[in-house]
Amino acid sequence: MEKGFELLAHTADIGIIARGKDMKEAFINAARGLFSLMLESGEVEAKEYFHIEVSASDREALLVNWLSELIYLADAKGMLFSQFNISRLSDIELSADAGGEKVDGTKHHLKREVKAATYHKLKVEQVQDGWRAQVIFDI
Amino acid sequence: MASTGNLRHIGEIMADPWQGVLERIDDYRWEIPTSYKEGMRVPGLVYASETMLRHMWEETAATAVNVFDQVANVAFLPGIVGRSLAMPDIHWGYGFPIGGVAATRLDDGVVSPGGVGFDINCGVRLLRTNLMEQEVRPKIEQLTNEIFHNVPSGVGSKGKLRVNDRELTEVMAKGSRWAVEHGYGEAADVVTTEESGCIKSADPDRVSSRARERGAPQLGTLGSGNHFMEVQKVDEIYDREAAAAMGINEPGQVLLLVHSGSRGLGHQVCTDYVASLAQSVRKYGINLPDRQLACAPVKSPEGQAYLAAMACAANYAWTNRQCIAHWVREAMMKVLQKGPRDLGMEQVWDVAHNIAKIEEHVVDGKRMTVCVHRKGATRAFPAGHPALPDIYRKVGQPVLIPGDMGRYSFIALGTEVAMRETFGSTCHGAGRVKSRTAAKKGVTGWDVVQALAKKGITVKAASMSELPEEASEAYKDVSEVIEVAHKAGISRKIVKASPIGVVKG
Repeated sequence: MEKGFELLAHTADIGIIARGKDMKEAFINAARGLFSLMLESGEVEAKEYFHIEVSASDREALLVNWLSELIYLADAKGMLFSQFNISRLSDIELSADAGGEKVDGTKHHLKREVKAATYHKLKVEQVQDGWRAQVIFDI
Repeated sequence: MASTGNLRHIGEIMADPWQGVLERIDDYRWEIPTSYKEGMRVPGLVYASETMLRHMWEETAATAVNVFDQVANVAFLPGIVGRSLAMPDIHWGYGFPIGGVAATRLDDGVVSPGGVGFDINCGVRLLRTNLMEQEVRPKIEQLTNEIFHNVPSGVGSKGKLRVNDRELTEVMAKGSRWAVEHGYGEAADVVTTEESGCIKSADPDRVSSRARERGAPQLGTLGSGNHFMEVQKVDEIYDREAAAAMGINEPGQVLLLVHSGSRGLGHQVCTDYVASLAQSVRKYGINLPDRQLACAPVKSPEGQAYLAAMACAANYAWTNRQCIAHWVREAMMKVLQKGPRDLGMEQVWDVAHNIAKIEEHVVDGKRMTVCVHRKGATRAFPAGHPALPDIYRKVGQPVLIPGDMGRYSFIALGTEVAMRETFGSTCHGAGRVKSRTAAKKGVTGWDVVQALAKKGITVKAASMSELPEEASEAYKDVSEVIEVAHKAGISRKIVKASPIGVVKG
């Protein structure tokens, strides 16, 4: 569990379970898990930062919206991210700066496209030793 | 009759595990009664053989993910009519099961983006040729390479087409016709495309700038994951007359299959509307057992907006397959050094697998217009249906059912039974049996390439490391699926074909 997330097998798609000492860390690890699904190998340097603000009706939907924002930036702008600084987080709002760089074919080996984050089996919960966030992606 | 008695007796001892949960209607139909779960408005109906049902049941027990529960959850949708249907290739999805079909009334029913899925109008297009296997096999390596290079594929691939925002608007409004007008393919292709390649109610203003941004550079790309192009040979013909109507005449004849969808544009449309319809669920006081089933009344502004945006993504997907098929034709002409007339690469048909359609059906003896959700299911209209072009009026609509890349695919035809029972729908493919992570355990891309080579199949993949995720073993045998659909009568199998060359995104 050093990475802070683990893969969750699902017949058609892939999910992740991210953990953290607090909700913020679990959200950051969920984002790391997302990019681990896309990137086979290659270091991602934080060359440019994107400011992200999302809101939702509850923390589960907030997790989906946070990850959806990153999927959009990855797909539309060709970005990969490795740094996630969440400056503000409540159950319904998140502000963050995500640092990364554009996909560079000479060093990044991409393995798959993530189409979307789903609400299915979605969970954000406080557990004994911190926080746990579970999400399934459509691949 | 003593032996029958004994069998009965054994049957009673080893009671079927689904007893008391599923009710057997006949060998291929299993009902999930409304008593299964409080809140179901209609029963569920699963099309499966007993063997398949047993597998589903065991998988449910082993993984604690319950596909029957998903069929039952769909039955919660307000305004659902008939039954919540599960095609024989059903497997666990998110919200809706994959292989799920549900129809809702227009006046008090809902539309659910989850009932269509993220890859809106993911679908399959089939071209026939005048070529025989022996003419193509010696050049198959060259051909798969040429197709691979001529059709942008794989993760993050950008199209050869460069459309600006105005052109993208046209693509979303016009569908396949846009591609033909710009030199990609022939007018006849539009005729042999479901919905003539364009849902007319598309409204590009309902598509977000983000969806446009994702979609613009990806028009004319295959994508990755389970998307592919195949060069196939006909193995068996089960009905010569019906096959002839599709231009398929003999075993060994070469066919071309394209499987792709609406790329990032469709994914973003679904993402946007699942989020916005979550608000509608509260606004309209809808009770749902799963958030991924988020929906809005069909008649509401939110429901109408989704349908108009979904139609744009569907039209984009048809344009996409139209362009891809054109480039596959180009690759064929280049490698085989023959002109289009000699090659005879006419389009057999193009079907959508993930879509919601406003259609007329008979429900409880009454003709009514409903919203049919097909998620991982194919429209299967019978002979005589007014939506079919003249060439298929007599035989019925072709249904294209791809299997995995190591086995075979089927071509079937729509039936009256499908019209009566499944809102004119049947299965769409094999369905996975192994998760992506399980499929990759201890298997490399080269293992897959070599195993396929032994079967006489050449494969060219954008990502070798991801190839095991799509290996044969990860999928059900599609012939079991097609047999159930055939015997239940919801489609009629006509042709079996197997790959000789595969290009994977």
